Amino acid sequence: MTPPSPLTSRRAAKPPGRSSSTANPAPAWRRPLAWTDHHYLALGYLGLSFIAVAVGTLLSLAMRIHRVWPTGSLLGASVSPEQYLALVTMHGTLMIFFVLTVAPQSGFANLVLPGQLGSKDMALPLVNATGFWITALALMIMLAAFFVPAGAPIGGWSAYPPLSAMPAAGPGQGSGMDLWLASLAIFCIGSTLGAVNTVVTVARCRCPGLTYGRLPLTVWSWLTAALLTILVFSVLFAAIILLSCDRHLGTAFFVPSTQWVNGVVTHRSGDGSPLLWLHLFWFFGHPEVYIAVLPGMGLVSMLLGNFTRRRIPGYRMMIATTMLIGGLGILVWGHHMFVAGLNPFAGTAFELTTMAIALPSAAKVLNWLVILWRSRPRFDTPMLWALGFVSVFVCGGLSGPILAQPALDAYLHNTFFVVAHFHLIMAMAAIFGIFAGIAYWFPLITGRALHERLGKIHFWWTLFFAYSTFLPMHLTGLAGEPRHYAQLDGIAGTAGALVRSTLPLERHITVSAILLGLGQLLWIVNVLHSWTRGTPASGNPWNATTIEWAPETPAGCTLVCEHEPCHYEQISASPITGDAKPHPQWAFEVSAE
Amino acid sequence: MMLLAFLGQATQARASWWMPPNASLHGTALDHQLIINLWILFGLFMLAHILLFAGILLQARQQPQPLAHSRWRFELAPLAAIAILFFSLAIWSAHLWASQRYTGTDPAAMQVEVVGMQFAWYFRYPGADAAFGITRPTLISAAEGNPLGIDTADERGRDDFVRSQLVLPAGREVNLRLRALDVIHGFAIPAMRVKQNAIPGQTFNIHFTPTVPGDYSILCTQVCGLGHAHMQAVVRILPSADFAVWLKQQKAPPAEGQP
Repeated sequence: MTPPSPLTSRRAAKPPGRSSSTANPAPAWRRPLAWTDHHYLALGYLGLSFIAVAVGTLLSLAMRIHRVWPTGSLLGASVSPEQYLALVTMHGTLMIFFVLTVAPQSGFANLVLPGQLGSKDMALPLVNATGFWITALALMIMLAAFFVPAGAPIGGWSAYPPLSAMPAAGPGQGSGMDLWLASLAIFCIGSTLGAVNTVVTVARCRCPGLTYGRLPLTVWSWLTAALLTILVFSVLFAAIILLSCDRHLGTAFFVPSTQWVNGVVTHRSGDGSPLLWLHLFWFFGHPEVYIAVLPGMGLVSMLLGNFTRRRIPGYRMMIATTMLIGGLGILVWGHHMFVAGLNPFAGTAFELTTMAIALPSAAKVLNWLVILWRSRPRFDTPMLWALGFVSVFVCGGLSGPILAQPALDAYLHNTFFVVAHFHLIMAMAAIFGIFAGIAYWFPLITGRALHERLGKIHFWWTLFFAYSTFLPMHLTGLAGEPRHYAQLDGIAGTAGALVRSTLPLERHITVSAILLGLGQLLWIVNVLHSWTRGTPASGNPWNATTIEWAPETPAGCTLVCEHEPCHYEQISASPITGDAKPHPQWAFEVSAE
Repeated sequence: MMLLAFLGQATQARASWWMPPNASLHGTALDHQLIINLWILFGLFMLAHILLFAGILLQARQQPQPLAHSRWRFELAPLAAIAILFFSLAIWSAHLWASQRYTGTDPAAMQVEVVGMQFAWYFRYPGADAAFGITRPTLISAAEGNPLGIDTADERGRDDFVRSQLVLPAGREVNLRLRALDVIHGFAIPAMRVKQNAIPGQTFNIHFTPTVPGDYSILCTQVCGLGHAHMQAVVRILPSADFAVWLKQQKAPPAEGQP
């Protein structure tokens, strides 16, 4: 995915500048300091995510195969229990940080945020570029954890101490864990820089007439996610520093004063608690879910309006629900800790805040259903992904109110029911959002459209096997199957029988996951093919109304925004046969000079 | 080929698609709540998908925005209904939670200490004096029959005995005092509908009443290191008469060799 010529050729025809300054026709990469150009940073971020998602997917398939075939060997190497746990940890870390945070937030915002604001560039190009290279460094350090003695850490992506604080507690908890912590500390800095840039850009770079009430919902999502990023990544950063002090300086923030590990007793001054880490980590960890999924929710709203050729009803309410999800998102972290040592009264309080956050989410779903009602939309691939997003978001979201109840979570916590829940709502829904975004903005990047039929096959394949993979996990979770078990077969006793009883479904899940993974090759083929040989796309192939699709601003004119996005006018008596006429957000006014 | 291998093995294991049968007093209400929740939310899932498919497949209305004029009816009213539904579920289930966790155990409850360590569970009974003695990490030695480091200088600890199997009487409330020596472990008995993490440096208490005699699995549900998948134990629920016999047979050290 190296930046190829189509980008520059398209830019030559249609430069990113929206103002009258068209005096610079040189391709972006030939201009001085082109490395701060947001288009290239966007492709860079998407490239990082692609590396991470490819590695993360392969890790998950290795996990799936090992679960049902623990004695088997992959490429001549069998998987030991600690290697299995390292696969789990690195899969989660790569996916959550380097895919679900980077692609929708940093990747897409860099790609189209300036365009949607009618701006030439992001507000702080140097901060932007620095953020990107820091994120790239973080990914390299994270991947390096595989190659140190004893391998990558084994404590899961939430890295609970004392397992993460004591190198003696297990293989991978030594230098592997140090690299993991270093990588994430660096990642925190990189994403904070990116988020600051996003916030400043939204605040300062809107074209005339683009009031906050007229911002596309994608922009509102990026803004909310960026504010959350600044708030919660700083907490994670602090927690990582404290944990590193516990590891190397003998402090006791997250471990008690006396520790017994592997027969060795250690004493420290101070008497910390692992629960402090849980609080700090989940104060970051839950908003992180919304950072991952909010951009997708914003994009889905815009796509549904775009492809049904309809206004979004209650536009201001959709803005409000986005902000509410972000605001409530920082008040629900305790629901990860109902049975982890949280005060039972606090459990009830977090139950209520968690139920409360279901309401703005439900409001969004209802809004989507209202937009779609008797709409007969156009089923282009981006629209299919948006509809798929609604489906998996509803499916994954509805198990949320179950897990929000501490009494029920006391049975379901850390079972595969939870794995099903968060994979559907944040992994699948967020990934569907990423696929929707790439299909939708592909003409903007390359000047060509993705292959429609291949895209549709890929969509249906992915939707089917996503459900086939993650729905049965609800059942194995109800059967009591815990997470992070390297082995389901060959365990003695009644516990062994309980765990083993999930194997038939586990095999089904593994086969589905392999097919789900294989299906993604269709997408890679499609992107590679369409990038160079796809059908050239017109300037505004989807009849969109947002400003990133505006044509080049004529000389002597200024681009202004006139109204909210998704205004259409029915030009045919039958909306099925005739298309609607878009009333785009943009207009050109002759400059005063 | 791999597919065939999976299918070949599939017939060997007894499949489980649902919760293991409940064997505790509070579990009946909890199962009831869970099943009601699953049905309601499955219903909402189906409803949303019916509306989604109907919305995109039904013939389009002439007006471009058929529902825009009555958002109150189609958006806010259902939202209010969902709010009432979700908070009703929450409050109903908060009562269950409160009955399990807000109050301490009955003073007559059986006391057992559960200690998690990589990668085993130990169960300490307080003996005839019904009091646990002091433990010291420096005294921990499984090889000498003192896996929890009970300090015999403390009189209360002399009659404490430690087992690797949890044996409990049916029909009597039990209070488990959860501790961990090294890292966080998750103590879970699926059949008892009980789960609570054990955290080094802190003690948590959970209480429940087993009702159905039998052997049930105890799992570790919080990743605790490379042996996490092997960190299990068994809880044996005995009829109260049998339990009295078992208890009489137990004496203080040695802790090993007995179930």
